[in-house]
Amino acid sequence: MVDAPKKNGSLGQSEADQDEAHDGRRREFLYLAAGGFAAIGAGAALWPFIDSMNPSGDVLALASTEVDISSIELGQAITVKWRGKPVFIRRRTPDEIEAAENASLDDLIDPQADADRVQRPEWLILVGVCTHLGCVPVGQKATEVRGDFGGWFCPCHGSHYDTSGRIRKGPAPLNLDVPAYTFIDDTTLRIG
Amino acid sequence: MSSESSKFTGLVGWVDNRLPVFSYVHKEYGEYPTPRNFNYWWNFGALAMFCLTVMIVSGIFLAMQYQPNTQMAFESIQRIMRDVNYGWLMRYIHMNGASFFFIAVYIHIFRGLYYGSYKSPRELLWMLGVVILLLMMATSFFGYVLPWGQMSFWGATVITNLFSAIPIVGDPIVTWLWGGFAIDNPTLNRFYALHYLLPFVIVGVVGLHVVALHVTGSNNPTGIEPKSSQDTVPFHPYYTLKDSFGLSVFVIIYALIVFYAPESLGEAENYVPANSLQTPAEIVPEWYLLPYYAILRSVPDLLIIDAKLAGIIAMFVSILVLFVLPWLDTSKVRSARYRPTYKKFFWVFVVVCFVLGWVGAHPPNEKVFGLEWLEVIDVGRITTFYYFFHFFVLFPLLGKFEKTKPVPNSITESVLGASATEKV
Repeated sequence: MVDAPKKNGSLGQSEADQDEAHDGRRREFLYLAAGGFAAIGAGAALWPFIDSMNPSGDVLALASTEVDISSIELGQAITVKWRGKPVFIRRRTPDEIEAAENASLDDLIDPQADADRVQRPEWLILVGVCTHLGCVPVGQKATEVRGDFGGWFCPCHGSHYDTSGRIRKGPAPLNLDVPAYTFIDDTTLRIG
Repeated sequence: MSSESSKFTGLVGWVDNRLPVFSYVHKEYGEYPTPRNFNYWWNFGALAMFCLTVMIVSGIFLAMQYQPNTQMAFESIQRIMRDVNYGWLMRYIHMNGASFFFIAVYIHIFRGLYYGSYKSPRELLWMLGVVILLLMMATSFFGYVLPWGQMSFWGATVITNLFSAIPIVGDPIVTWLWGGFAIDNPTLNRFYALHYLLPFVIVGVVGLHVVALHVTGSNNPTGIEPKSSQDTVPFHPYYTLKDSFGLSVFVIIYALIVFYAPESLGEAENYVPANSLQTPAEIVPEWYLLPYYAILRSVPDLLIIDAKLAGIIAMFVSILVLFVLPWLDTSKVRSARYRPTYKKFFWVFVVVCFVLGWVGAHPPNEKVFGLEWLEVIDVGRITTFYYFFHFFVLFPLLGKFEKTKPVPNSITESVLGASATEKV
């Protein structure tokens, strides 16, 4: 690879050899240094373009939403939009709470106690997106199909969720997601 | 199989025997014999290619955020500048990229003019280059309309109204271009579509330009063809490295503008949202179109043609004349190195182009240096006259009357001197 120019005259043979070897190491170092520098530069130039496709400032600014829950009666549910997705807010009946709390963890596909999924047992707040392939399950209205466990039923591929939003039957792998939320007071909920 | 002839082996060889991309790249960008005596003016073709790539990449990412609707366009630009991650950077890269693309291409063209790169057998190569220049002008014009500021709107109004000077069919053509009776949403939509389309047309023509180049081979500072392998070096690593160095310098200057003076080449007026009821006090195109704008405004009534139509004809001819330049120039010698008289006029022409640019940026009736007897339009008329004189009179006559200097026998001789050639 190294084709160093032939030295003539005063240099001894071994000295010339040494010089060539030295030259080869230096060349390899230069290749690596130049290549590495170019790669870092290319990456640095590319990153802003990739990052530009991430949520922008105005999108992130809409990351939380406040909901007035004073008008929701026992057994009713409403759907609100948060980050472009539906969020289910359900005011559970004592029967529904009992069913959710009494379910054995051994029967669950994604075991999680009801107490870990709610802050106040009466209020169940879920991201209404099926964990299978992203459809919105039905069951918000009492007249809709609520599946075998009285929660929600996903019409796309038949996943059944219980009154805690946990997956009980069907292809979905995980429970419905619980978003970060806080009760500002008894009638106002902030999601996000 | 008889076609298993690739010099590559393994997977690369398998692909190469079926689709010779690797052989092609090796032949055209590896061993491609290139004159050994390129100077740095030969960097600008590659630099222009770099600019085109940057414009397309940054443009595609901007298009993901831009809204081509008169109600939203201006706001969406502000959103890009404020909210989109690195939106400001992408937009400044794109905005100033247009300027640097034109800088690279103009230097590339002047290099061709100086060294006679348009002459036989490179006429078609040159003409394809002129097509690229025209496409670039159209693309930059459409792009400038998209932010929907005052300059966008009124620039678009003025340029599209040029077509109204065409006798009889002028007005229907303008209405057709607008898709209405003024510049409005339909116009913005179609300009956006075309602004996205034309760069890819440019890529296609650049492809033809490069194919034509690789048929005739590159010109060089002596203007004489390589005669033996001594006169050439392989493109890689000699010119890949020389281009890389030139590119580094070019990108440093580009980055300085993008990061430290991103608005220096633009018009502040374009940050005022488009208002179809009020024209700004002064309409100025982007710097790279100023000389043509100066020619447009400088031409007076000519015989039976009124000034409006005459100006437009002159403006188009000022570019279209480049198509016939290979036949206007009658000199047998290519490079200005051996054409002492042409060399002087070449520099006069360069100065005239800059002066035309200056004229285009100033109101026609402004006094030059405060002189009572000299207005900008007078300077415009003199320089416009010279522009056409240079092409239509000087080029044909110089070839006949110029005393050229002796041309060296070979590129090697010009590089190393006659004695060195004998020794080799």
